[in-house]
Amino acid sequence: MKIAITTTGKDLNSPLCERFGRTPFFMVYDTESDSFEVFDNSVNLNAPQGAGLQTAQNIARQGVSCVITGHCGPKAFFVLQKAGIKVFLAQNVTVKDAIAALKDGKLQEAKAPDVEGHW
Amino acid sequence: MVIAVASGKGGTGKTTLAVNLAFVANPRPVQVLDCDVEEPNVHLFLKGQTLESKTVSVTIPSVDEEKCSGCEECSNFCQFKALVVIGKTVLVFPELCHSCGGCRLICPEKTIDEVPRPIGKVETLQVQNDLLLIYGTLSIGVAMATPLIREVKNSRDHGAPLTVIDCPPGTSCPVIESIKGADVVLLVTEPTPFGLHDLTLAVDTVRVLGIPFGVVINRAGQNYPSLYEYLEKEKIPLIGEIPLNRAVAQAYARGDLIINSVSGYRAKIEEIFSRLIDLAEKSKRV
Ligand code: SF4
Ligand code: SF4
Repeated sequence: MKIAITTTGKDLNSPLCERFGRTPFFMVYDTESDSFEVFDNSVNLNAPQGAGLQTAQNIARQGVSCVITGHCGPKAFFVLQKAGIKVFLAQNVTVKDAIAALKDGKLQEAKAPDVEGHW
Repeated sequence: MVIAVASGKGGTGKTTLAVNLAFVANPRPVQVLDCDVEEPNVHLFLKGQTLESKTVSVTIPSVDEEKCSGCEECSNFCQFKALVVIGKTVLVFPELCHSCGGCRLICPEKTIDEVPRPIGKVETLQVQNDLLLIYGTLSIGVAMATPLIREVKNSRDHGAPLTVIDCPPGTSCPVIESIKGADVVLLVTEPTPFGLHDLTLAVDTVRVLGIPFGVVINRAGQNYPSLYEYLEKEKIPLIGEIPLNRAVAQAYARGDLIINSVSGYRAKIEEIFSRLIDLAEKSKRV
């Protein structure tokens, strides 16, 4: 299973980025091979609109089955849902801990966007 | 002659001024355009018979998913991020689309068509023989004010001698769209720090457009010298002051015209009108 995690850094000890659309990077972690790859998302950092949509499209392209982020607005949530990607929310954790929590079933799946647009 | 009445913030009495100006304005007929399509309120003061009511639509893309290859060229092209490609499915976000039509041209598979999306309506009211009101109302949930404002402006009789535009508050795109093409702009402000702050922003906007403008101070009488100092320093013509007055507030609350219900106000508004015309003519001569 491939998991995408929004993050402000490039390794497993980096903090999870709580802003979905404006995350500078996202990591795609493969639980089968325990390997990961980091993707740059910085073009969306200053986008006046649609940052969440674009990030969702970038993540969907990587064929992940779930994403862990801090908060997710309505449009991005809709895109992820359409792409069949489950959204899990976590705050104040490192990427490594977020992945571990997901594996242990400790993260709650978000069934709806948890913030307004333009987050 | 097109006069735009604007202000950097809401609640300065901009609509009251626009409406009262329309009644004293000469030559006639006069057309009042309410371009505050998110919150039109001129029709609360100007009642009349509806001459025309039309729905305004913009075009948005519609994708034939059978033929889409998922190449993402459309979403890469769209600078407003209104398209998201997931596999071979294209999701359209109408509220982000600016109807540029580019995605349709760029799609290599020719799978994108255009469909109308209603954004609001424009109504024309006959208020008096020589007074028309044209106003737009944006549909709930639609954020695209600019195309509707354009339609309100297009619905006027361009040959008619005088048009008064009630602009939306603020200094963003809808305000610029409303002011564009005016011969003169009347900026309404209040003698308060907030009023002055918003006025300076409005002045910057109008200056960029290069349209002559003057300022009217509404609710004058409160002691706030900084406003007068600013006008003097920037050499901005102060073309009128409307004192804070119980009778004015009462007339406003009743939906009455201040020119008819408060003595001395007709002359004040007439003077503001003629000074606006002077400003417009003077800049034409230069
Ligand atoms: S019409 Fe223009 S703004 Fe609308 S989706 Fe297509 S490219 Fe984007
Ligand atoms: S450009 Fe055309 S073919 Fe390519 S993803 Fe968009 S709709 Fe599909």
